[in-house]
Amino acid sequence: MRPSTEAELAEAVAGASGPLLVRGGGTRMLGLALGEVLETGGLSGVSLYEPAALTLVVGAGTPLAEVEALLAGERQRLAFEPPDLRGLLGRDGVSTLGGVVAANASGSRRVQAGACRDALIGVRFVDGTGQVVKNGGRVMKNVTGYDLVKLMAGSRGVLCVMTEVSFKLQALPEAEATLIVEGLGDEDGLSALRQALGSPFDISGAARYSGRSLIRVEGMAGSVSYRARRLRDLVGGEVAVVEGVASAALWREVRDVTPFAGRAGDVWRIATLPTVAAEVVAQVEGEAIWDWGGGLIWLLCEPGRGPDLAAVLAGRGHATFVRGEGGPIFPPEAPEVVALVAGLKAQFDPRGILNRGMMG
Amino acid sequence: MDMPLPNAGVIARKDRIVARLRAALPGDAVISAPEALRVYECDALSAYRCPPLAAVLPRTTEEVSAVLRTCWEEGVPVVPRGSGTSLTGGAMPTADAVILGLARMSRVLETDVENRFIRVEAGRTNLSVSGAVEELGFFYAPDPSSQLACAIGGNIAMNSGGAHCLKYGVTTNNLLGVRLVQMDGTVVTLGGPWGEPSGLDLLGVVCGSEGQLGVVTEAWLRILPKPEGARPALVGFTSNEVAGACVADIIRAGILPVAIEFMDRPCIRATEAFAKAGYPDCEALLIIEVEGAEAEIDEQLARIRAIAMAHDPVEFREAANAAEAGRIWLGRKSAFGAMGQLGDYMCLDGTIPVSALSFVLKRIGEMSRDFGLDVGNVFHAGDGNMHPLILYNANKPGDLERCEAFGAEILKLCVEVGGCLTGEHGVGIEKRDLMSVQFTPADLEAQMRVKDVFDPKWLLNPAKVFPLGSSAERRAE
Ligand SMILES: Cc1cc2nc3c(=O)[nH]c(=O)nc-3n(C[C@H](O)[C@H](O)[C@H](O)COP(=O)(O)OP(=O)(O)OC[C@H]3O[C@@H](n4cnc5c(N)ncnc54)[C@H](O)[C@@H]3O)c2cc1C
Repeated sequence: MRPSTEAELAEAVAGASGPLLVRGGGTRMLGLALGEVLETGGLSGVSLYEPAALTLVVGAGTPLAEVEALLAGERQRLAFEPPDLRGLLGRDGVSTLGGVVAANASGSRRVQAGACRDALIGVRFVDGTGQVVKNGGRVMKNVTGYDLVKLMAGSRGVLCVMTEVSFKLQALPEAEATLIVEGLGDEDGLSALRQALGSPFDISGAARYSGRSLIRVEGMAGSVSYRARRLRDLVGGEVAVVEGVASAALWREVRDVTPFAGRAGDVWRIATLPTVAAEVVAQVEGEAIWDWGGGLIWLLCEPGRGPDLAAVLAGRGHATFVRGEGGPIFPPEAPEVVALVAGLKAQFDPRGILNRGMMG
Repeated sequence: MDMPLPNAGVIARKDRIVARLRAALPGDAVISAPEALRVYECDALSAYRCPPLAAVLPRTTEEVSAVLRTCWEEGVPVVPRGSGTSLTGGAMPTADAVILGLARMSRVLETDVENRFIRVEAGRTNLSVSGAVEELGFFYAPDPSSQLACAIGGNIAMNSGGAHCLKYGVTTNNLLGVRLVQMDGTVVTLGGPWGEPSGLDLLGVVCGSEGQLGVVTEAWLRILPKPEGARPALVGFTSNEVAGACVADIIRAGILPVAIEFMDRPCIRATEAFAKAGYPDCEALLIIEVEGAEAEIDEQLARIRAIAMAHDPVEFREAANAAEAGRIWLGRKSAFGAMGQLGDYMCLDGTIPVSALSFVLKRIGEMSRDFGLDVGNVFHAGDGNMHPLILYNANKPGDLERCEAFGAEILKLCVEVGGCLTGEHGVGIEKRDLMSVQFTPADLEAQMRVKDVFDPKWLLNPAKVFPLGSSAERRAE
């Protein structure tokens, strides 16, 4: 099914006789859910773009690439730099904004500008009974009623099908620069990231892979070169600085987990405390890409020999098995949380037809 | 203001309920004498008052859990309370309700600069969270004007904002996790210091739920390194429209100040008379603050000046030192107090798209004449969060009602132009019955279903947020 209006979509959900598999572009699907495919691609288009108010409202099926091009034309962007995981997950297709929101897909700038859920200011959605609901709106500050916007961000289609999403935007910076710190082991290389994030120099990216630590600053040209200089003094070691497109290319690699694309092996995504990020990886056999100053770890390891990450983390974060045999597997939740999630699913999708099998 | 009839059965069982609470808590933690309960009869929306059945002041999460479990078993409504600075009646009790005050839970539990978070108890005041990390060079970003008094638990319940949220976001953007006690006493941890949800973002919906989903006892908060410096500039304009256009131009130019605050003539006059901050006598003024190192501040302010100059300002004043910066902020910070000198006032809090700023200000001016009540405007212009202050005389019969009717018209206007009823103060009892202006019955139903999951008996702060008519059936169960 590929409805072309919200009303058609609502009708399709209300009239569904069995499970539905909700699909934007299919680029982030974790392949857990079963059912008849319900595509959102027909709900495409920009309903409002006000550059002077930093506001964008689009249909959930609008392609991400289209939106990024539109915003770039006005020197603006989505601050949370949504990752493109097609390479990592071996998918093709067209990523949609609804899919980005459903996965709360957030890139390296999360440490400074927040996640997708922080930029999301409004949603319209259809619940599992076919009821149309709106929450939030198009203004940046809004505490009117419960924040279902945050609840739906990252809900992976288990509570509703989103039909329209609204964002707060960010101006493109005039300049960007990345410090590349080489010659440090993982422990020290990650410590350099934490040092940078604890400095007043407004870091917009802090990552590490292939033995290099990357630290990004963005803003007005004078300010960027000032902060890059101060950071170089702060972190010490062998530091090279790249700017502009060269810097942007590095962060696309981090964002999209490019080093693991096309390579065999299982992939885990771990959220943890930056201070234990080196230790966690040292305890397992595998290759790591650290983002968010160490708070996010992408781990590539030999197929089928999954490390016991729950034991390694010991309550200091959580791990999602993203790619591999028998996966994906979301992290287990405490029983009290499981009860709340089950309660919400029963309220929003009483027949249990939306993306059945996903997230518990 | 309509409130539901208190449950007579609960009131009749007061002695038994108080005895059970005393059995569950240390002796000094239960208050039941009528004189002592007066303190809890209202919050900062002081036009509405009602003493509670009893009040409890627990010291631990376990004690909070015991209180809630007891009240759940007895079918007693509970109203969580931080510092009682809510401007919307969010913490106002009903006669059959127990006030659960968090004031005794104010400890810092963990400070972790390397991982950039702090864990505190929910009764800790906002300013003292920043205070706890200041010497380490860090701060907690959301800064409501009430920050000296208001508690983190109240901030989380209201998803509070502040002058600097243009850059740093509001509470929800700086909240990493909570310990929450549900109405039946169940303790649950949502989120954690890593900030990334492991499944559904339940923390996201708890923040801003006005104490209706659970009682927050602890919170993990993001702390940020302090910028090297900050400097405000003050710009005066010949009209609200021009000031509004200047705000749009600054944002359009890609500059992100930490704050853009707006004051109109009535507010400027009142403030000058009260605080003598030395503001220019003009129609509208902006206070724009930028952050960074000296050179970065110079660069940003130079650009802002160039943009402002294109709008023929009456004055452009950059703070040359800390004393001047203090004076620029002085007027803004005393604006509410200054308006209070002129009479009683009601503070509204609707948000509008920034592009609608001058239209809305003009309409408010016209309505002010129609209703015969003066209005001053002082607000966060960068994000369109307005604070019209309507002046009235509480001792003059009919004035409060007229003021409320005027306020309702302004909020309807905010919704009409694409905005919302409240940007940071919350719905409480004050805007409860206007919710249907912004939401369809289905929109409200979806929100109430979330409450059904967290609090199936509707005992937590039950008469708030939703129009009484919409929630009647659920509350009756
Ligand atoms: C002079 C003045 C200026 C203000 N300026 C601002 C401003 O700039 N920005 C802004 O956003 N607000 C502002 N406010 C409003 C108010 O300060 C905020 O709403 C604040 O967050 C309330 O905190 P509190 O601790 O006083 O909460 P209370 O008033 O005690 O309670 C507020 C709500 O939170 C609930 N609650 C409290 N604690 C908990 C808990 N632990 N768990 C669950 N629910 C809880 C209550 O039930 C109630 O619904 C201002 C108020 C005043 C009086």
